Amino acid sequence: MSMLDQATTEQEQRTGYVVGRVEDVPLGEGRAFVAGGVQVAVFRLRDGSLHATQAACPHAGGPLADGQTDADVLVCPLHLYGYRWRDGSSTSGNAPVQTYPVRDEDGSLVVEV
Amino acid sequence: MSTVLGGRPEGISSLHFAMDDADGVDTRQRLVVVGNGMAGARVVEEVLERGGGDQFAITVFGEEPHGNYNRIMLSHVLAGEEHEDDIVLNSHDWYADNGVVLRAGVRVERVDTHAKVVHAADGTTTPYDQLVIATGSRSFIPPMAGLYRSGPAQDDQELLPGVFGFRTIDDTRAMLAAAAEHEKAVVVGGGLLGLEAARALQGHGVQVEVVHAGTHLMNQHLDPDGGAILKQSVESLGIVVHLATRTTEVIGPDRVRGVVLTDGRAIDADLLVIAAGIRPVTELALLSGLDVERGIVVDDQLRTDDPDVYAVGECAQHRGEVYGLVAPVWEQARVLADLLTGTDPDAAYHGSRTATKLKVAGVDVATMGLNRPERDTDEFLVISEPRRGVHLSVVVRGDRLVGATLLGDTRKVAFLTQAFDRGTPLPAERIKLLVDLSDGAAEVGVAELPGDSQVCNCNGVSKQSICDAVAGGCGGSVGAVMDKTRAGKGCGSCKGLVSQIVEWAADGDVVEDPTAGWYVPGIPLAKPELMAAIREQGLLSVSAVFAALAPGGQEDAKSKMGLTSLLRMIWGTQYVQENDAKFINDRVHGNIQRDGTFSVVPQIKGGVTTPAQLRTIADVAEKYEVPMVKITGGQRIDLLGVRKEDLPAIWADLGMPSGYAYGKSFRTVKTCVGSDFCRFGLGDSTQLGIDLETRFQGIESPAKMKLAVVGCPRNCAEAYVKDVGVVAVGGGKWEVYVGGAAGATIRKGDLLATVDSPEAVVQLAGRFMQYYRENANWLERTYDFVPRIGLARIQQVLLEDSEGSCAELDENMQLSIDAYTDPWGQDGRQPATPGQFRTALPLVQLPTVPVR
Repeated sequence: MSMLDQATTEQEQRTGYVVGRVEDVPLGEGRAFVAGGVQVAVFRLRDGSLHATQAACPHAGGPLADGQTDADVLVCPLHLYGYRWRDGSSTSGNAPVQTYPVRDEDGSLVVEV
Repeated sequence: MSTVLGGRPEGISSLHFAMDDADGVDTRQRLVVVGNGMAGARVVEEVLERGGGDQFAITVFGEEPHGNYNRIMLSHVLAGEEHEDDIVLNSHDWYADNGVVLRAGVRVERVDTHAKVVHAADGTTTPYDQLVIATGSRSFIPPMAGLYRSGPAQDDQELLPGVFGFRTIDDTRAMLAAAAEHEKAVVVGGGLLGLEAARALQGHGVQVEVVHAGTHLMNQHLDPDGGAILKQSVESLGIVVHLATRTTEVIGPDRVRGVVLTDGRAIDADLLVIAAGIRPVTELALLSGLDVERGIVVDDQLRTDDPDVYAVGECAQHRGEVYGLVAPVWEQARVLADLLTGTDPDAAYHGSRTATKLKVAGVDVATMGLNRPERDTDEFLVISEPRRGVHLSVVVRGDRLVGATLLGDTRKVAFLTQAFDRGTPLPAERIKLLVDLSDGAAEVGVAELPGDSQVCNCNGVSKQSICDAVAGGCGGSVGAVMDKTRAGKGCGSCKGLVSQIVEWAADGDVVEDPTAGWYVPGIPLAKPELMAAIREQGLLSVSAVFAALAPGGQEDAKSKMGLTSLLRMIWGTQYVQENDAKFINDRVHGNIQRDGTFSVVPQIKGGVTTPAQLRTIADVAEKYEVPMVKITGGQRIDLLGVRKEDLPAIWADLGMPSGYAYGKSFRTVKTCVGSDFCRFGLGDSTQLGIDLETRFQGIESPAKMKLAVVGCPRNCAEAYVKDVGVVAVGGGKWEVYVGGAAGATIRKGDLLATVDSPEAVVQLAGRFMQYYRENANWLERTYDFVPRIGLARIQQVLLEDSEGSCAELDENMQLSIDAYTDPWGQDGRQPATPGQFRTALPLVQLPTVPVR
C-alpha cells in the first residue's frame, strides 16, 4: 500500500511518504499504514482535520488505528488510555505517543516520518 | 522562644508593613483576612485558585506566629502519632510564594468599618476594600475556684501552671512537655476533644480521669445508650470516667495538685486539661459594631451587617447555626471565594448537613443529623451490641435518612452519608441500612486498608496511589482521581471503594462530580432528559446528537459508544449508523484481544449445538489456524486470535449468526438439560432458553445482559446469579430473578415474580430488560440498577403497571427485536466503511500468542 516517492523536507530531516488516498480513511475513523518502514495510524476527524500517530499504543501495544477519537483526543481500544492530538501527551500521565505531520496533497495522504 | 510552625528557617517571616499604604501603583482591591486558621487560610486558597491573585492584594492576620496548620490533627500530635511539621497546611513560604502578606503573630483589635481600616495590636492600621473575619473559636473555660494564678478571673489572668486548654499547637506542646514530667491528669469534658486528649495523654503513660458534666459521653453526638457503650470502651482502655458531675475547685496553690468534684470528692492531678467545648471568638466583631449573637451573624452570602465585611468558619452564625466541624467551613470558603472573585456572583451558602466520622479514643464513631427520633412518625432503628462495643442507629423520616449514629462499626458510613446528603432511596428493609445481610467476606473500612493494598485490580491501583492523587492536586474530585490513576476505569466494580477512599483521604472534602448524573460525560443531560431531547429533535445519529446537545457542539470520544447504544434503542431501524461512533468491537463484531486480534463466538442458542455445527467450527478453526478454541462460560465456543482481515471469510465459512460475545448487549441464555433428559427437571428449561435467545438476540443495552434458565432449583446453569434468571419450580410455575451477578461482583438476583407459563416468562423478561434499557445509566449492570431503583418499585411498574407504561415497554422492545439483523451476515458481504477489516498493525505478525 505504501509508496516511496516524496522528497525530504528541510526541517527536522523528515521525509514525506504518500501512504494512500484521503478517502481510504473514513470520516471519524483511523487506518494504519506503513510510511518509510514505520507503522503509522492516520485519522481523519469529522471536522476534516488529519492526524497521524505511531500505530501501537505505548502502554501495551494496542492498535491505535482501532481507537475512538474526538477533536482533542485519541482513545486506545485496549485499556482506554487517552492521548492528545496537540502533543501526543497522555491524559492520565502515562508515556506519550509519537505524532507525525500528515497532510492532504490533491487527495493523497502524505505522512512525514 | 519556641519554634514557629511552618516558619522559614531563619524564623518569623519578613513583615510587609511598607505595603500598607505607601504603594500607590497597586490597582488591585485590598482583601484583608483576620484569622489564619483553617477557615481564613482556606478562603485565601480558594480565592487564589479562582485567579483572585490578580484581583486582590491579600493580607492575612494571624494571632499565632505560625503558618496555617491542621487543627484537627492536634490530637494526633498530642498522641505522638504525627510530628507537628506534618500538620502544616500552608507554611510562611507558601504565603510569600503566592504574594500574600502574612502578618503572623499580630492580633487585630478593632475594625473601623466606616473608614474601612483594621487596627492591629502592634499599632499599625491596614486599609481594606473587602474584609473577611475568620477568628474561629477558643476553649470554653467553665468557672471553678482556684483556676487562675491569683484572685478572681479577669481578662488577662493567667491559668494556674498545669492547666491547659486544647486548641492550639502551643497548648499541645505545653501538654506534651507536662505529660513527660507528670503522672496524673484530669480531663474536663467527655466530648470528642476531651476523649481524644485523654487517650493521647494515656499513651504517654499518664493516668487519666475524665470528668463530664453530661449524663453520658459525647452527648452532642450520641444517644444515652450509645454513650454508655462508648463509656465501656473508654474504661476498658483504663481511663476512669466520672459522669454527671463537675469540677468545682482546683487545688493549688503554686500549680495544679488536684480537683474537687461537686460531691466533694477530690482527685489528685498534676495536669488539668479543659476540653469542655468551644465558643466562637466574637470580641473583634462586637468591638467593631457588627451584629453578634452566638456567633457573628451572616447571611447566605456570608456577609455581616456591613456590606464589605464577611465572616466564615467557627466564628460565624448562619441561619442560627454555628458549625464546629471542618466540612461546612470548606463549603463556606468556596462560596465566599466564588462571590469575592465574581466567579459565581449568585453563589449562596444554604447551611450544611453535618456528618462526621472520627476515631474517639480508639473507637470509630460516625454521626450525621439526628441521633434520636423527634416526631411520632419518625422511624428509629437501633442495633446495640454492648459486648462488641457496637451501637448503631438510624432515624428515617418519610423515606429519607435524617440521622445516623455509628459507634464501633462504621462500615456502612459511605452509604449512609450518601443517603443523608443526597436523599438517595433507602432499602425497604431498613435493617439493610445498618448491616449487610448478604454473607460475604467482611468489608474492611477504608481507613484500615493498608496503603499498598490494591483497590483497582483491573489497572493495578493501590490505596496509596489514590491518596497521592488526592494530595497531588486532584483533591476530593472522584472523577479527577479516576482520570489520573485510572482506578475504577476497568470493570468498574471498585468505583464505590475508590470514592470512599477519596472521601477519606480528602477528609470528607468531596467535590461533587458534575458529570456523575449525566448519561455520558460529553453531554450535560441525565438519561431521561437526553432521551426526551433526542426524540423531540429527531436526532438519528451520534454526530447529530453532539451538534445539537453537546456544549459548543463538541464531540467527545468517550461518549460515543453510549450514545450509539441509546440511539439504536430509541430509533431501531431508523437509527443512522456511523461506524466511528462505535467501539472497535461493534465496528467489526468481535471482541478485541490483547494483541489486536479478535475472538469469534458464533451463536449457539441455549448452549445446544449439533454434530454438524461442531464439524463446521472445527473445519474453520483448522483452515484459519485459530490459535485457541475455548468453551466459554456462556455455553458457547470461542475462536480466539483471529486476524481482523480474516473475520468476513470466517463468518462466511461458519454460516452461523453472531453470538454477540463482544457487545454491551444481550449475550447468552445458559440452560441446563431440563426435563428432556434430567431425572430432576421440573420444566423444559432448554426450550425456554432457546426461545428467549431467539427473541432477544443482539439487542443492545446499557451494559451486557447474561441470562440463564434452569429446570429446577438445583441451579445447574446458575440462574440465581444472572441479570435475568429463570427457575422452574414445578407445577408449571417459573420464578424470574433479576439483578444477579457472578463476575467482579457477586449477587443473588431478586425474585421479581413467579409466573405460570413460558410465555409469561418471555413477556416479563422482555419487559424488565426494556425497563432496564430505558432507565439504567450507561454501563450500569442490573446488579447495581435493581438495588438502586428498588425491587418493590420495579415490581409495581412491571407487575401492577403503576405507571401505565407496560404496553409501551412491550412495544419499544418489539421495535428493537424487529430491527435485529445479524451483523456477520450484513457486514461480511458488504463492508460498512472502506477498510473496515484492514489490519491496524501492518508490520506485526498476528496473532502473537502461541498456538496451543
